[in-house]
Amino acid sequence: MQELDIAGQGSVRVTRKSDNVVIIEKDLATEQMVLAMGPQHPSTHGVLKLECLTDGEVITEAVPYLGYLHRCFEKHCENVDYPGIVPYTDRMDYLAGMNSEMAFAIAVEKLLDVEIPRRVEFIRVIVSELNRIASHLVAIGTYGIDLGAFTPFLFCFRDREHILSLLEWASGARMLYNYIWIGGIANDVPADFNKRVMEFVHYFRPFATELFKLLTENEIFVKRTKGIGIMPADVAINYGWSGPMLRGSGVKWDLRRNDPYSIYPELDFDVPVPDGKFSDIGDCLSRHLVRALEMEESLRIIEQCIDKMPGSEGFNPRAGVPKRVRPKAGEVYGRAENPRGELGFYIQSDGKSTKPLRCKARSSCFVNLSAMKDLSKGQLIPDLVAIIGSIDIVLGEVDR
Amino acid sequence: MGNTLNAWSNALVGFNPMGLPLGLVILAAIPLVFIALYALTYGVYGERKISAFMQDRLGPMEVGKWGILQTLADILKLLQKEDIVPASADKFLFVVGPGILFVGSFLAFAVLPFSPAFIGASLNVGLFFAIGIVSIEVVGILAAGWGSNNKWSLYGAVRSVAQIVSYEIPAAIALLCGAMMAGTLDMQQINILQSGSWGFAHFFLFQSPIAWLPFLIYFIASLAEVNRAPFDIPEAESELVAGYFTEYTGMKFAVIFLAEYGSMFMVSAIISIVFLGGWNSPLPNLGAVALNDWTNGPVWGAFWIISKGFFFIFVQMWLRWTLPRLRVDQLMYLCWKVLTPFAFVSFVLTAVWEIYVP
Repeated sequence: MQELDIAGQGSVRVTRKSDNVVIIEKDLATEQMVLAMGPQHPSTHGVLKLECLTDGEVITEAVPYLGYLHRCFEKHCENVDYPGIVPYTDRMDYLAGMNSEMAFAIAVEKLLDVEIPRRVEFIRVIVSELNRIASHLVAIGTYGIDLGAFTPFLFCFRDREHILSLLEWASGARMLYNYIWIGGIANDVPADFNKRVMEFVHYFRPFATELFKLLTENEIFVKRTKGIGIMPADVAINYGWSGPMLRGSGVKWDLRRNDPYSIYPELDFDVPVPDGKFSDIGDCLSRHLVRALEMEESLRIIEQCIDKMPGSEGFNPRAGVPKRVRPKAGEVYGRAENPRGELGFYIQSDGKSTKPLRCKARSSCFVNLSAMKDLSKGQLIPDLVAIIGSIDIVLGEVDR
Repeated sequence: MGNTLNAWSNALVGFNPMGLPLGLVILAAIPLVFIALYALTYGVYGERKISAFMQDRLGPMEVGKWGILQTLADILKLLQKEDIVPASADKFLFVVGPGILFVGSFLAFAVLPFSPAFIGASLNVGLFFAIGIVSIEVVGILAAGWGSNNKWSLYGAVRSVAQIVSYEIPAAIALLCGAMMAGTLDMQQINILQSGSWGFAHFFLFQSPIAWLPFLIYFIASLAEVNRAPFDIPEAESELVAGYFTEYTGMKFAVIFLAEYGSMFMVSAIISIVFLGGWNSPLPNLGAVALNDWTNGPVWGAFWIISKGFFFIFVQMWLRWTLPRLRVDQLMYLCWKVLTPFAFVSFVLTAVWEIYVP
């Protein structure tokens, strides 16, 4: 028996029975199909384009194409004063504006010699943890949609609404805050802010349990995510993953603990990593689980901050805000733990200008997305959707 | 009071002024008007309202009181839309697809007994016809998916065909269990056999200790047959955009939608006819309080079967807004390795029960 593979025709088997009888068997020819998923596709979370090479439902290769939302963030930075860059950072990861602002403020403050009032640090942590919960709610809700569960999404958005109104009350904006300034914050929080935040915390706790029961422990949800898109810890580190993605692979790495900034060293919170009982370590379910558990930790942080926060007597939120931000010459890399991972800003200053010489953003989403090619190989189309959802990308930050 | 409660209902059948069977016409009009109202407007409206209440929303509120006219407004909008046929589509298949789908879904209504006095076509193989006619939908879906010349549509169509053809097997076997208990395929006859003064106790679901198994199997399989969650992979909006009707616009889109809601009611009606007594009242006679006698009759029959159908539609919507979606291979696994073997088991057990237990 002889096997031939004629291009494009499938394999052909030739069997010689006798001198006169030759049996030729041909398989049905199959071709691979190029399937362009996105940029207008409901589950690519924005304008990501994935060019998939598919064999039936199985994906042999998926290549992400980026840049549909590119807004020249880094080039803009070279032409804008430092305080003017803060609103741009809001627009990078638009689901976690406070966290992006905080990362940028930390980076610039490393170059400047400013003293930040303690109350400012507390307010910064409270608003960014609130924003982290809001961001995880979107991640969890849209992940539910990706897997066909629509209701958790609206439950998540209902509760995110409370956070957005709290942040709107503090900063005046619902999404693009421009609240955390270099050296301070735009203004003090309103008088009853702490009380309302505590009300939210008490309101939200039972809901988080409900969401857990509705989505995370759902049999079909577990079936769809467990063991899908497994990323071993070493490969994840090599890809430079961070945040919930890396913790989903079982690496206990959280910048709030490993490279502490602001008042995080004073606070008591855990860094949740999957233990491998409920999920396979490194799969989509682990990554989802980490986000679900992190919301509870954020609630704990907020509670502690509100307990320990200094009063507002004689407090000037802009006391540390320089009239003109002109950092000393040098370069700095400041980073913070964003809901999606490590967001870092590399800033070069020439010491004379009020504009950075160079500002580079290390985007967590971009780095996390780079593993797409590895993760998607040999998966089914529904699994690909599950994997993209578990990466939780915000295209604003991927493309900048 | 007892006799008057349904006396008018029975009297309606004999209402023949000037030799014209007006009473029967009115009786026939009830289900027809209902089908038109339900399928054309209130199926969609109900789905939107139910999903809204499950999700802490209000749902449509603007058009009419509580948004009751919302679907009419939507239909008016869809009627005015440009009817686009993609340039590279196979025009014939593209146009004919929704038509086949619609016909397949609404043809089964012909054999549904809507009341003791009314059935569209009293076939002696009614159940068989209903099972068979649903399969025609597959042709429509395939035509729509292939004719669209869109990769997502093709995926949706292929998935849909695989799914519906597979799930027909457990569904048909489960219905056969009901047919075996009745000893007939005539839908009207199946209903008559479930009548009795004990109301719900005469329903086939409670007539044998294993009837719940085919009932459950048919319910699950029927979800897959009408592409409802958690088996809505043919139109999985987060994976396949909109599945086989991605390219459809305007009235063609609406026709596909109506066919879907039509099938939803159709399978709900079939499950209530075969297992839950169809137009029979579930209320038992309690001595002098003859609830069953009072609430049975031509008009009451229409009421009961429509309510039972609505109950199952509600369960379908409830599931849809609660559960995530299964994956293609998990769906096939469920069909071939779980439902089909259990359907055979229930078939054999029902046969044994029917032979040895009178």
